[in-house]
Amino acid sequence: MGFSFSKEGINNVFKEWSKDYIIYAPKRIIGGGAFSDTDSIRYEKIDTVDEIEFNVKSTFSFKEILLPISQTLFFFTEDEVKEADGPKKGAIIFLRSCDLHAVKRLDEIYLRNGFEDYYYKRIREKGKFILIGCKSAFENCFCVDMNTNKIDAYDASLEPTENGYVMDNKCQDWEELLLNNSLSQDEVNPSYVTETKIHVNIPEGLSIDIAKSKMWDEYDSRCINCGRCNFVCPTCTCFTMQDIFYTDNGKVGERRRVHASCMVDGYTDVAGGSSYRKNNGQRMRFKVLHKIYDYKKRFGYHMCVGCGRCDDICPEYISFSNCINKLEDAIKEVNGNE
Amino acid sequence: MDVNTKVLKKNAFRVTKQRGITASRIRVPGGHLEAKYLSMIQKIADTYGNGTVHITSRQGFEIPGIKYEDMPKVNELLQPIIEGLDINQEVPGQGYSAAGTRNVVACIGNKVCPYACYDTTKFAKRIEKAIFPNDLHFKIALTGCPNDCAKVRMHDFGIMGMTEPRYDRDRCVSCGACVKKCKKKSVAALKAVNYRVQRNEEKCIGCGECVLACPTAAWTRKQEKLYRLTIFGRTGKKNPRMGEDFIKWVDEDSIIKIILNTYDYVKKYIDPEAPGGKEHIGYIVDRTGFEEFKKWALKDVNLPSTAEICTPIYWKGIKY
Ligand code: SF4
Ligand code: SF4
Repeated sequence: MGFSFSKEGINNVFKEWSKDYIIYAPKRIIGGGAFSDTDSIRYEKIDTVDEIEFNVKSTFSFKEILLPISQTLFFFTEDEVKEADGPKKGAIIFLRSCDLHAVKRLDEIYLRNGFEDYYYKRIREKGKFILIGCKSAFENCFCVDMNTNKIDAYDASLEPTENGYVMDNKCQDWEELLLNNSLSQDEVNPSYVTETKIHVNIPEGLSIDIAKSKMWDEYDSRCINCGRCNFVCPTCTCFTMQDIFYTDNGKVGERRRVHASCMVDGYTDVAGGSSYRKNNGQRMRFKVLHKIYDYKKRFGYHMCVGCGRCDDICPEYISFSNCINKLEDAIKEVNGNE
Repeated sequence: MDVNTKVLKKNAFRVTKQRGITASRIRVPGGHLEAKYLSMIQKIADTYGNGTVHITSRQGFEIPGIKYEDMPKVNELLQPIIEGLDINQEVPGQGYSAAGTRNVVACIGNKVCPYACYDTTKFAKRIEKAIFPNDLHFKIALTGCPNDCAKVRMHDFGIMGMTEPRYDRDRCVSCGACVKKCKKKSVAALKAVNYRVQRNEEKCIGCGECVLACPTAAWTRKQEKLYRLTIFGRTGKKNPRMGEDFIKWVDEDSIIKIILNTYDYVKKYIDPEAPGGKEHIGYIVDRTGFEEFKKWALKDVNLPSTAEICTPIYWKGIKY
């Protein structure tokens, strides 16, 4: 059912929710940007609706909630292991359509890819998703081309209006709470965009031969392999393991898993000290094709959701969408070479 | 021709090598101004000067080729510039009220530069407001970060932006970018221990390279703006030398108070015979001893808890 709220009303709802859930939303961190006196928009715990940044795309994505950047899995002593506690409360996560589509990708990798990841599952199971409608696309978005601009699979939606907030709710358990705090009940359809400035053309007939194209070479010198594009991506799921031995007592410690990036040195290191993809261009190739080629071969849909965060963040102005758009010519190039 | 050179110098005009001809100096605190003032400067140069403008080494403008008798008319045309740039003035319409304390110089700062730790022009203007007009020969410069593009160590007071980096260990992915950057570009104050980063606080100069390098925003900038204050660098004939660190991790209010206190100190101890009433502060400190200066400088200053005073200070420099 659809509801409209005053600020007070929705904040009452938040208050009720926070008994069972931690509410996470994109929040403006004043001065939190890399440059002095600049802000950054990150996912943080919030208490009131004013804390939500509705107007700007978040720099980092919601994935940090389901898949913490650094997560302790267990503690160990010489002959015992103790699992690290999971969060006691569930998580309510505010996110946009592209990001909710990204949740499906995370689920694919962590729940349906042969086995269920215990640590992911215990957070995911208690997760609720509230869709933030998009009235217009941001710079670098290409969700329409990736078919991620619309979604129905939300628990509720929330959007600010001129004098309050409107919500479409699909969660039966919340109906009464919402009814009691709302101003009126009317049909609500979350906004979504139908047009973006950026378009991508993912050509048919991509094959692994594309790796031989010269198109990747320019990234050897342009890319600085910082990994920002991976860390902000809502669908990048790689992690690495770290066993830490506490320094005072070298026999006890903890195991954590930490986000990893296929662009950063060390990702393809193997025993013996060598590394598979040394060139940044080849790392770019691996990343791009994973997002729009080989993931699809396995799961039937593209991994990339078109949020454009990788383009927003790249300090070298390397555009992922622009790279996709070079593929068609590259296919011709490698086919012509044969 | 009868002109009082003392009066015209104080009025920010100059006695030039060409008899009967002066030049007008325009101060631009923090080196940044709205472009509309350029056409006003052009008008003065075209009407009363020789149609040229010199960009001074202290980020002001100097309009040469002005006849002494045109000074009042030039002052009239300077009025909107003086007001627009918010320069303190004793008598409106009569040009600059002093020239001894020089234009406060600043690099472009965080209006544009990614490395800068603060808005240099804004702070420069605040200092200008506090110290001008004054006849004493003070040179002050501000720079956004320890790269020191404004060469503040060649000034009586040099102000360098510092960022106190804050580390959120839960956002760190152990990529090593910050450790590498700090080592290559700065002072190697970071090291990786147990997949986490440790910062040597004594070594850290607050350049912010770690914040700029970190791909996950594990490093961010502490919001409180802090600075390194260097003192008594100078150019000149006798003994040019670099300014030395006086206080590290000091705040804006303390810096302004210290500068104002130094005016009192100089008034008390300046050589009464100094040519043109100009003596580099450093020579005065050489005479009174650093401790006496410090006593005056820190009078009623409430330093923040972060502040580290460097004492005693010895200057080196070139002796001809
Ligand atoms: S593409 Fe850009 S963001 Fe990604 S690793 Fe290269 S330089 Fe960093
Ligand atoms: S750059 Fe950031 S993520 Fe990488 S090691 Fe340093 S603090 Fe950790």
